[in-house]
Amino acid sequence: MKIALKLESINKSYGEVVALKDINLEVYDGEFFSLLGPSGSGKTTCLKVIAGFENSDTGSVNLFDEYVTDKPPFKRLVNTVFQDYALFPHMNVYQNVGYSLRIKKISKEIQDQKIKQMLSIVKLEGYSNRKPNELSGGQRQRVALARSLINEPKILLLDEPLGALDLKLREQMQVELKNLQRQFKTTFIYVTHDQQEALSMSDRIAIFNNGSIDQIDTPNNIYLNPKSSFVADFVGTTSIINKEFSKKYFNYDQSFSIRPENIKINSTNVSADDFKIEAIISEVQFHGSYLKILFKFNEIQLIAFHYINLSSKDEFVIGDQKILSFSKSEIKNLNE
Amino acid sequence: MSNLIDSFSNFLYKKRNFLFLLFLLPPLLWLGIVYLGSLIVFLFHSLFHLDGFTGKIVYEVSFSTIIELFSTRANIDILLRTVTLAACVSIGAAVIGFPVAYYMAKFTSPKMKIFFYLAIMLPLWSSYLVRVYSWKLILAKEGIINWFFSKLHLTWLLESFLSLPIVGGPSLSISYTGMFLVFTYIWLPFMIIPIQASLERVPNSLINASYDLGANKKDTFYKIILPLALPGIAAGSIFTFSLTLGDYIIPYIIGTSKFFIGQAVYTHQGTAGNVPLAAAFSLVPIGVMTIYIYLAKKLGAFNAL
Repeated sequence: MKIALKLESINKSYGEVVALKDINLEVYDGEFFSLLGPSGSGKTTCLKVIAGFENSDTGSVNLFDEYVTDKPPFKRLVNTVFQDYALFPHMNVYQNVGYSLRIKKISKEIQDQKIKQMLSIVKLEGYSNRKPNELSGGQRQRVALARSLINEPKILLLDEPLGALDLKLREQMQVELKNLQRQFKTTFIYVTHDQQEALSMSDRIAIFNNGSIDQIDTPNNIYLNPKSSFVADFVGTTSIINKEFSKKYFNYDQSFSIRPENIKINSTNVSADDFKIEAIISEVQFHGSYLKILFKFNEIQLIAFHYINLSSKDEFVIGDQKILSFSKSEIKNLNE
Repeated sequence: MSNLIDSFSNFLYKKRNFLFLLFLLPPLLWLGIVYLGSLIVFLFHSLFHLDGFTGKIVYEVSFSTIIELFSTRANIDILLRTVTLAACVSIGAAVIGFPVAYYMAKFTSPKMKIFFYLAIMLPLWSSYLVRVYSWKLILAKEGIINWFFSKLHLTWLLESFLSLPIVGGPSLSISYTGMFLVFTYIWLPFMIIPIQASLERVPNSLINASYDLGANKKDTFYKIILPLALPGIAAGSIFTFSLTLGDYIIPYIIGTSKFFIGQAVYTHQGTAGNVPLAAAFSLVPIGVMTIYIYLAKKLGAFNAL
């Protein structure tokens, strides 16, 4: 597969604060690649280094085998969709979308044709004369996308593009983004702190933790085989048992994590080899199709799901004791 | 007693408009009667005229004074001279002020910004007259500028510049160039601060977006930064333009014997006792500013506001 982006030993610090620590990354052509991590983990800084808004202290940036580390943003074949959309407030939708074409001095007729085509792709026909402040959040988002995609970038960088939208709109835009990516066959590098978004959209994900990358893998592997306790904890819901407690209460010589869907509550189907404990309910949250139940077992907190089933008469009251069991094959060993 | 105060405070809370009126009345009275009222009375004088024989004001409404203003060659020269200088000063202040404002808005740390604010505002704390007189000394034949040129053996350059028509004069301290320099210096803070404020409101992501879309620094400046800073430049130029139009001290101290609007108003209402003509003269800056703001609005200077 062709490599679209290659980062090699990127380091970046702001004074005392280290933002990026030895980042190595390869993104393939046509991939939907997410940079996932909590805020302040360095993912946006990494995006800025790729776009050229920030220079790394050391390391190199290659785009399609071209060394671009020292090049300004306007000489790189990438485009960015900014978190705040960064639409030009003094230009209307038509002028915003056509900005890069005007800069390139493309003929007026071709400009017009391309802009109209782009506006129809993002379903904004008829909005040409609106100013950005006359648009809704979702519409601004589409203008920002159109403005970047019209440039036919080889790589599109998206900096938490859906962060400001409400849930329904966000889910709708997630589908549209995927469709656009397939349509334009562009490499997407997508920064987000929303693990659900990253898991559902990406081909591969890089998990950022405190300036460095903990794991680069497919969503499936990230979820099922987290390499560190940070990844296990950050992606999805999980209960982590550290080495001390693991030894003390489970007679198991390693820290491990267990997903809530793998914890059985009051199950009769327990094999002799399974872990089996009695825990107390400390919190019950209603999530629609399931209950998320927090259990307390000595110093340990465990999270389990109970899928709501009309025939079952199970009741979950805070303070009740339940028997939890989980199989050894479903726990994930963690190296701290 | 406390009960009375209590119920009064309740009354004020409920009747917000009454409270506003209470607070707004003094400034409204001041602005409406003392300030605007006296201005209108003064401007109304432009409709009267001076009896040439008795030297007394004839209180009859006519346009004869205004016609006199615009039909006398010397008066028109005064108007053109003042408007031209005010325009030059505004452009000069914008050109000098913009880089300072840009640096302040985009590149300084918060502490440095305070230093810049102080450095820009500090001259305003000292007397205007002192600053103008110190410029008179700087620009004088015995002043530091002449000294500097002579040390560089460039006196001939300064001399030949001063021998040019219009911009030249017997020395820098008695020339339009000198006036331009002093005006630009004196009004510069009024230009820098509004531009800085307007640039402060331009998010860096807009500038990055422009680079990102392939625009180099020059394109980004002309297509993004300048249009978005335009309201600030317009606001600043309204200050510099109108302040220059009305000033009479700098033309008096630095200028040649040729009059500017401020001086004309000063002499006509004072020694000459021709209040109607003075009033007619002061109509001009108001008219010019109205046209200027209208044109600025029409050209879209306030679109990005």
